[in-house]
Amino acid sequence: MDRDFTTKRTRLGERAIELVLFAAAASAMAIIGGILYVVLSEAVKFFGQVSFLEFVSSTTWTPTFDKPQYGIAPLLTGTFMSTMVALAVAVPLGLLVAVYLSEFASPHARELIKPTLELLAGVPTVVYGYFALLFITPLLQRALAPFGIVLPGFNLLSAGIVMGLMIIPTIASLSEDAMRAVPRTMRDGSFALGATRLETSLRVVFPAAVSGIAGAIILGMSRAVGETMIVAIAAGQQPVMVSSPTQQGATVTAFIAQVALGDIPFGTLEYSSIFAAGMALLALTLVFNFIAFALQRRFREAY
Amino acid sequence: MSAEIIHDIAAHPKGLKLRRFKDTSFIFWGVIATFIGLGTLAALVGQLIHDGGYRLTLDFLMSFPSSDPGEAGILSAWVGSILVILATAFIAIPIGVLAGIYLEEYAPKNVITSAIEIAVNNLAGVPSIIFGLLAVGLFVQAFGFGQTILTAGLTLALLILPVVIVTTREAVRGVPQEMRQAALAVGATKWQATQHHVLPYALPGVVTGVIIGISRAIGETAPLILIGGLTFVAFLPITRPGDAKFEVIGAVDEYGAPVTPEASESVRIAQDGVVVLPDFSEMPVHAGQVVDLPHGATVQTTASWGDAVASWLPAHWLGSEFTVMPIQMFNWTSRPQAEFLEIAAAAGIVLLAITLLLNGMAIWLRYRLRRSIKW
Repeated sequence: MDRDFTTKRTRLGERAIELVLFAAAASAMAIIGGILYVVLSEAVKFFGQVSFLEFVSSTTWTPTFDKPQYGIAPLLTGTFMSTMVALAVAVPLGLLVAVYLSEFASPHARELIKPTLELLAGVPTVVYGYFALLFITPLLQRALAPFGIVLPGFNLLSAGIVMGLMIIPTIASLSEDAMRAVPRTMRDGSFALGATRLETSLRVVFPAAVSGIAGAIILGMSRAVGETMIVAIAAGQQPVMVSSPTQQGATVTAFIAQVALGDIPFGTLEYSSIFAAGMALLALTLVFNFIAFALQRRFREAY
Repeated sequence: MSAEIIHDIAAHPKGLKLRRFKDTSFIFWGVIATFIGLGTLAALVGQLIHDGGYRLTLDFLMSFPSSDPGEAGILSAWVGSILVILATAFIAIPIGVLAGIYLEEYAPKNVITSAIEIAVNNLAGVPSIIFGLLAVGLFVQAFGFGQTILTAGLTLALLILPVVIVTTREAVRGVPQEMRQAALAVGATKWQATQHHVLPYALPGVVTGVIIGISRAIGETAPLILIGGLTFVAFLPITRPGDAKFEVIGAVDEYGAPVTPEASESVRIAQDGVVVLPDFSEMPVHAGQVVDLPHGATVQTTASWGDAVASWLPAHWLGSEFTVMPIQMFNWTSRPQAEFLEIAAAAGIVLLAITLLLNGMAIWLRYRLRRSIKW
């Protein structure tokens, strides 16, 4: 039986398949492009009517008033405050868990604890919002009352705490990966000099993995900045300049959600304003992601 | 002096007891931190069950939302969630898996490939609400898909695409090179080797990623709020036999008034029912009857089994307006009355049960995978 093994027929099919696969992968670029295009083109319309100077310098955000003012600062302070609270919770707890899992826990305990903690990242954020509003806030109100602090029913503190609990797995898991990537020989050197496990963890492993850990923290931060539902439910929606976590306040994300909850008035300045706010949010998170990515690549290259 | 030093070397270094105590007590702190995480999960479940557990009845699952919290349920919400997730999966799984295969098996090392990789990495970090902005600007406004299940499915598909791509890549990367070489050596083409030899081994890993992505899509609220997922939906996108069925004659505007009021159409009635004319007068009709109906008239019949089955076609429900579980829960959470908070909690239990179950499944699969396959 003669067969021509150089036949082109299957090769053409192969080529077609490769094109389909490429198209699927290239869709990721199209999506990023689409996001940038939509957000920027609406933001440009916005800045056609509102000066960029007012956007960055005014401290009043009242887009729904008769005389609307568009200063992004109140929303940014809200985002900043809730994110700081989240980090204050998630960084210590996440790093404790990471050091424990990476340097102390038995492989068996690690196999059990790591996935269970990851469930925390899988809880829908709307459920977290409910939890912040109806569990954490009453708890804090009772805990803070003896100190004379009156916590309003909506506040950035409880939203931030719950956000922190949500990002613990992100920080713990990525930091642990960074620490486990530190070569065994470095630990052995430290042990040989008589250091305990804790001393080795804190003075050898931790510094060696610090860029990866910093990357993990920034990724967690980026998630907190972009989180919407927890703050929309538990932090109130007042865009005021925030100076204390016990205040209520609106974040950039909460503002976007709040406008969307009404009938979005397509084509108006208010409609464009959510894209301007979205642009600020996108810029913030993309910068964070870029830094995190660069830091994590550095620690990967080191060993 | 020198004798003392020799003596000291044999003895424990100074302060060793304290250092060892610090070392062991760190385990305590590590465990405490872990338990704060796990305790949160327990408190969360406990709070939801305490608040809304008693409202979680079959009636709750089978009722439409209502302004009376005692009668409200999540029927339209869970049906909506299932349909939106179906659309999401149908879009995200093929694109995500194919993209993952391309990046791992086919992609040449060049500028385009690294651009795609950067895009995937950045996409994973874009806040979900930004996808909502994309959906409003592109799908609702520019493409005119409206505030429909199709728009919601597309949006969530884009949102979970990075998850599916990244896990597919990891799974494909885990298949040893020998599998490919063996297939190629006996004459398989690259795609044949990929399809028949790499993919089957990568499948459990791919499934894990898909489950995690789907679970994320089920709980996602923010982008759907932007699209305009409704909070009060007293109808199902699919029809049940016996449901009332409405068919409007001619085109009507958003207030239900006919666009061309003078026109009429000759309609053949398929089932016994009632025709409501534009002036609200009613007229009984019978199956087989042929009537001239003015635009704006509505034919009311009951859905048959045939109608019900036909309504399962995606073409029927993709264009329907919708609500989903997280939006329903959010809506009830933001109301001041305590009764609504109770049903919000009940909806939360359902939502949490589904997502934790899916996440648990993914974890179990990954665990099994790590144990059973030793290359």
